[in-house]
Amino acid sequence: MNIHEYQGKGILKGFGVAIQEGIVADTPEKAVDAAKELQKTTGTGWFVVKAQIHAGGRGKGKIVGSEQRGVALAKSVDAVKEISTNILGHNLVTAQTSATGKLVKKVLVAQDVYYPGETPTKEFYISVLLNRQKGRNIIMYSTEGGMNIEEVAEKTPHLIFKEEVDPKVGLQAFQCRKIAYNLGLEGEALKNMVKFVASLYKAYESIDASLFEINPVLKTSDNKIIAVDSKVSLDNNALFRHPDYAALRDESEEDPTEVEAGKHSLNYVKLDGNVGCMVNGAGLAMATMDIIKLSGGDPANFLDVGGTANAARVEQAFRIILRDEHVKAILVNIFGGIVRCDRVAQGIVDAYKNMGTIQVPIIVRLQGTNAVEAKKIIDESGLKVFSAIQLQDAADLVKKVLN
Amino acid sequence: MSVLVSKNSKVIVQGFTGTEGTFHASQMIEFGTKVVGGVTPGKGGTMHLDKPVFNTVEEAVKKAGADVSIIFVPPAFAADAIMEAAEAGIKVIVCITEGIPTKDMIQVKEYLKGRDCRLIGPNCPGVITAGEAKVGIMPGFVFKKGTIGIVSKSGTLTYEAADQIVKAGLGITTAIGIGGDPIIGTSTMEAVQLLMADKETEGIVMIGEIGGGMEAEAARWIKENGTKPVVGFIAGQTAPVGRTMGHAGAIVGGAEDTAAAKMKILRECGVTVVESPATIGVTMAKILKKVVA
Repeated sequence: MNIHEYQGKGILKGFGVAIQEGIVADTPEKAVDAAKELQKTTGTGWFVVKAQIHAGGRGKGKIVGSEQRGVALAKSVDAVKEISTNILGHNLVTAQTSATGKLVKKVLVAQDVYYPGETPTKEFYISVLLNRQKGRNIIMYSTEGGMNIEEVAEKTPHLIFKEEVDPKVGLQAFQCRKIAYNLGLEGEALKNMVKFVASLYKAYESIDASLFEINPVLKTSDNKIIAVDSKVSLDNNALFRHPDYAALRDESEEDPTEVEAGKHSLNYVKLDGNVGCMVNGAGLAMATMDIIKLSGGDPANFLDVGGTANAARVEQAFRIILRDEHVKAILVNIFGGIVRCDRVAQGIVDAYKNMGTIQVPIIVRLQGTNAVEAKKIIDESGLKVFSAIQLQDAADLVKKVLN
Repeated sequence: MSVLVSKNSKVIVQGFTGTEGTFHASQMIEFGTKVVGGVTPGKGGTMHLDKPVFNTVEEAVKKAGADVSIIFVPPAFAADAIMEAAEAGIKVIVCITEGIPTKDMIQVKEYLKGRDCRLIGPNCPGVITAGEAKVGIMPGFVFKKGTIGIVSKSGTLTYEAADQIVKAGLGITTAIGIGGDPIIGTSTMEAVQLLMADKETEGIVMIGEIGGGMEAEAARWIKENGTKPVVGFIAGQTAPVGRTMGHAGAIVGGAEDTAAAKMKILRECGVTVVESPATIGVTMAKILKKVVA
């Protein structure tokens, strides 16, 4: 589960990670209040107004129909008002959003941390993530902060370092020192980085995170080390341990159909294609999407109906798939093992009749226990449903229907 | 010879008296698996499905001689159940549970290091040796005895592949469902190694999906050490970047996570890669004829 920058920073701060201070606001008036408050508490005269959406590249992204960037420097309280008026309630398009962008409902008004001082500022990159192969967490870091890390990895891989954490003892002090030295720090800044890394990792472990990406981590001109941005993802499987973090979920950032599907315990991911599919099992669902592509179509969704494909679930799944107006055909692919195919077939017929007329052709492939009986039920139902037993036959039917 | 589980395996079910445990234990018994009992803390000393219930795995090992365990314990308690089985001396631990937190699995992985046991899963359909033992949730009738081993991250896609293999006239030796989580006990490579070493297995079907580097690791091992033909399929050729496709581990992060990248590596390592999941069976049949001729 992804959360907003301001939420992530709030969590980090709670674990002693130094952050760029800021206050979230959902109207230009509140943004002005936030700026005034920040002025009082931090002494900052300049501010950064940051659009809060679940997508990266906000600084380069633009508000639809204007030149306003998603992250902008405001050199006065008046400028904060102007910028937040430009951003709030408008769609922001970044390299990671669709062409229509995402509606910005909140801005984070933050202190300016690039103020001049005794030493130059310097940006770094730090992330914490799982090394799947080894089954261990790693801290990945680089001197090249503020840039696209994939680009850094491609062009200057020697500037990316990794520190692996031994689960028996956790992150050790020497590892934090190593990171600080490798980043070229000394004196007060080095000490602050050691504390920063230790607190960051403690937060990662404590909240059952699945990814932290802090880009940039900034050394300020007075040698503080602070998180200027935060990308925090939480392990969905561990949310039961953290009801307070589970409550941070922002459903408006997700596809509404996906949210609706989730309420019916259907695992649905919306895609851009023209052939919908309904499958039991995640692996077979991905394979079915591939079959659709090979048959000349494009998958409109991923949908795992799970083990109990009864009439009620099948009907919910049909309704979810058909919300997408681009769907020109639906392929149902069920491998009945312990679920009997004839029962699933009856479920499909009942769901179909219950829904009245479905305008798009449906191809039903049922294989496994009682597959032959299932095909008979479909064929004798009198409905506009094509049936198949072999996967290849289903693929051929998809091709035929699309032509 | 058989891989991981056989007709001699003495199987216990952890989470025996729960809904899932009860249903699948009876299916396993019906298949012919030698289920010697189960574990549900607090219900020790009672009988369930005509088998003894124990409070601890240790007791099940001592009194019933259990050497294989299958786990149906809910996600919050599953890591504990795996470690209990390992500590008690269980040799093959099959964890069906889906949804175990990653942090718990990091600890489990560390705990199992250096111990004489093997974890299959979690979030997997289990292991079946055709005609001998089913330690899992798969439909047993699909897996008719034959000469092909299957390694797969997925459940129903494994049944699909097994069904095609059987219909192609080949049949199955052992099918290993390794699971779709980011951290799993037995990797694709380790499962392939087990099947390569099995005398009855003449060919291997390797089914992977987007996310992680396990298929590439297995392919590189096959290139150096493979002695049998391998047919590979990678699910998720059409999956978008950055979205989790059902399995917690099925997500494209970087360029090497994609189905296309994995298929390329597999091909370079001598694995016969099928584009369509509908042609797994016929492709294996064709290759084996070629080998025989």
